[in-house]
Amino acid sequence: MIPRHQAVILILLLVTSIVMSVVLWNLRERAHQRLLQGQASAPTQAPQVAPAEQATLMVASDADDTVTPRVFTLPLPQAAEARARVILGKLFELYAMPGSAHPAPGGASSVAQVFLLPLSGGVARSDSASRAPARSQIAVVNLTGAFASSHPSGIETESLTILSVCATLHANLPAVTQVRFLVDGQQRATLAGHADLTRTYLTADTTPTEGVHP
Amino acid sequence: MLDAAHGGDDTGASLGSQQEKAFTLALSVRLRSLLAARGFDVVTTRESDVTVDADRRAEIANRAGAMACLSLHATEAGSGVHIFVSSLAAAGQRQFLPWRTAQAAWIPRSLELAGVLNSALSHASITVTLGRVGMPAIDSMACPAVAFEIAPLRSADAPGGQSLDDPAVQARLAEALAAALVEWRSVARGGREP
Repeated sequence: MIPRHQAVILILLLVTSIVMSVVLWNLRERAHQRLLQGQASAPTQAPQVAPAEQATLMVASDADDTVTPRVFTLPLPQAAEARARVILGKLFELYAMPGSAHPAPGGASSVAQVFLLPLSGGVARSDSASRAPARSQIAVVNLTGAFASSHPSGIETESLTILSVCATLHANLPAVTQVRFLVDGQQRATLAGHADLTRTYLTADTTPTEGVHP
Repeated sequence: MLDAAHGGDDTGASLGSQQEKAFTLALSVRLRSLLAARGFDVVTTRESDVTVDADRRAEIANRAGAMACLSLHATEAGSGVHIFVSSLAAAGQRQFLPWRTAQAAWIPRSLELAGVLNSALSHASITVTLGRVGMPAIDSMACPAVAFEIAPLRSADAPGGQSLDDPAVQARLAEALAAALVEWRSVARGGREP
């Protein structure tokens, strides 16, 4: 026969265990409900992509030493600098494709950044749609070191790359009247041993009609 | 003034089995011999596989007061011969010229030289492409200067195809260049004023 006080303690412990089990079961259920609610509030729609627009790429050809306009439809961001980077990325993507008329490895990732800076006192030619003179800009194109290091060496091929970049920028962003180049954020003497990368290039010198020789 | 491009650590383009620096040096040596035989005083920027920077090349050309300055290059891209004149805007002759844009005062004469080279090479059935380029070495030269880039002679130049490894290509180009410079000498009549 157990003493009375021990029987009372045993019953109290049993009741406490049952209550704690019920509380824990409820906490578990609440946590499960919160998890399900969190999943329901997760985004189910894909992020909205930039609308597709037409861009003119000035594509170089080593075979006939020309730069020729070609129109592509691309998803283009609204911000001008991001837009310029996407357009130049597409241009370098074409050059990296097998059988390219102007082979240059690297692809779209060859352009690290494009910066557009206003030129003091400069006014670019107005476009026909707005008829308002736009303030002219200088584009600073930051290429990757990997692209510059692997670019084919030669006066003609390096000049065509520079010419096509300048002409492509001007064709899509008419306010860009000057272009400078950096490689990995630093000034570099030449692209691959020949074409000068220290000078400022004027896009007016690169605007073709049908095809242009550098 | 003959400038064999690249040299030393600067190998230039890879041309099949050889490097651009070796090709331009061999062409420079061959052309120097042909010109000397025709009565020219020839100055070269290098006679061996050494590194010569762009400023030193321009310095040699400017000290020589040359009638014509040829910067010799080679590439695997494209075909035929590319003749480039500096893309600097033409400027008037002054007593002192800015080092980085000294060629600006000589642009009209450089364009004339490019025209004479074009005619002579076309006469030798070599396809020529004329262009303008920004190059530190020729931009600092105070003389009629062109960059002369040789690509494999293909299609119309040689139906069977002639790579730069073919010794006959070098001989053919050197002969055509020597003939062109003889023509330029008669045009220039020894004067070097722009």
